Amino acid sequence: MSASIALPGFADPVGEAQATFRAVLDAMARPGRPQQAGERLAAPAPLDPATAATLLTLIDNETPLWLDHSAVPARDWLAFHCGAIIVDGPERATFALALSLPDLTTLSAGTHEAPESSATLILQIAALGSGTRYRLSGPGLREPTLLAAAGLSREFTAAWQQNHALYPRGVDIVLCAGTTLTALPRSVSIEEA
Amino acid sequence: MPDALSPDQPHVARRRWMAVLARADAAELSDALGSNGSLPEYRVLRGPEAGLVMVRGRTGGGGAPFNLGEMTTTRCSVRTDSGFVGHAYIAGRNERLAELAALADAMLQDPASQSRLLTDVVEKLAAAQQVRRDATASKAAATRVQFFAMRNMRT
Repeated sequence: MSASIALPGFADPVGEAQATFRAVLDAMARPGRPQQAGERLAAPAPLDPATAATLLTLIDNETPLWLDHSAVPARDWLAFHCGAIIVDGPERATFALALSLPDLTTLSAGTHEAPESSATLILQIAALGSGTRYRLSGPGLREPTLLAAAGLSREFTAAWQQNHALYPRGVDIVLCAGTTLTALPRSVSIEEA
Repeated sequence: MPDALSPDQPHVARRRWMAVLARADAAELSDALGSNGSLPEYRVLRGPEAGLVMVRGRTGGGGAPFNLGEMTTTRCSVRTDSGFVGHAYIAGRNERLAELAALADAMLQDPASQSRLLTDVVEKLAAAQQVRRDATASKAAATRVQFFAMRNMRT
């Protein structure tokens, strides 16, 4: 009931959620390949359209969501449009929203019996397609591919190697910037190029 | 219903006007709002969209809860340009009423127009609804059968 819900969600809830779901699915299947999402969405500050569209599509009242402190201004909007249950501890979340790289070890990595119960991190960064270049390889990539991303911290590759080593456990990341998103499933190995 | 309006309990007051608005007739509500000056500019935050809610019951009012069945509802949320967010949940499928009721809920939260709208819109609609309810009740009362006679005969 807060006055801070200033913006609507998807204009076409079914069509746009399906299109965004498809984009996330394709992104997970082809790590590092950019996909478009949220072009028609007015996202609440501080979120970018792709981030907001991904959240509207994936979050509901059965997926506990953790927000890093810089994402808190979008809290009311997420609670209203997604019905999101916002949790205080990252270890209890199935989705995490962050505007800077959090400590991946604090997120749920799942168990060997149920690796699918791990958390998915939705990470908004400054830009995709420019900035530091990373070489990705692994399932879904016939040959290693390059991903350029600006705004990932210096410790990212080390943190990712630690996460990748947990396979089949581990955290998956959806990177969002502007209206572009791309995914880094736990199975992909990343090194700076 | 109808609850007494108590100004020191804003939730009670709001619950009452939301209930009256939800039971109103779309044309009636539109006329009542329209005759009360111009409507504020607003944008729709969500809906109006129809969906189902599960109605739960308790046997005898106090037994274990069970799912009675699903009913159609329509909901809508709007935000006026002055920053008030109004919500409406309507029984059945009536998208125009849901949007009007949400707008009226937003306007009623504005202290500048609240008391005027309460008397000119909410009370008027509540009175009309009471008349309709009374008419139905009196029609139903006319068909009531008293079983006292039979019970007296058996004893």
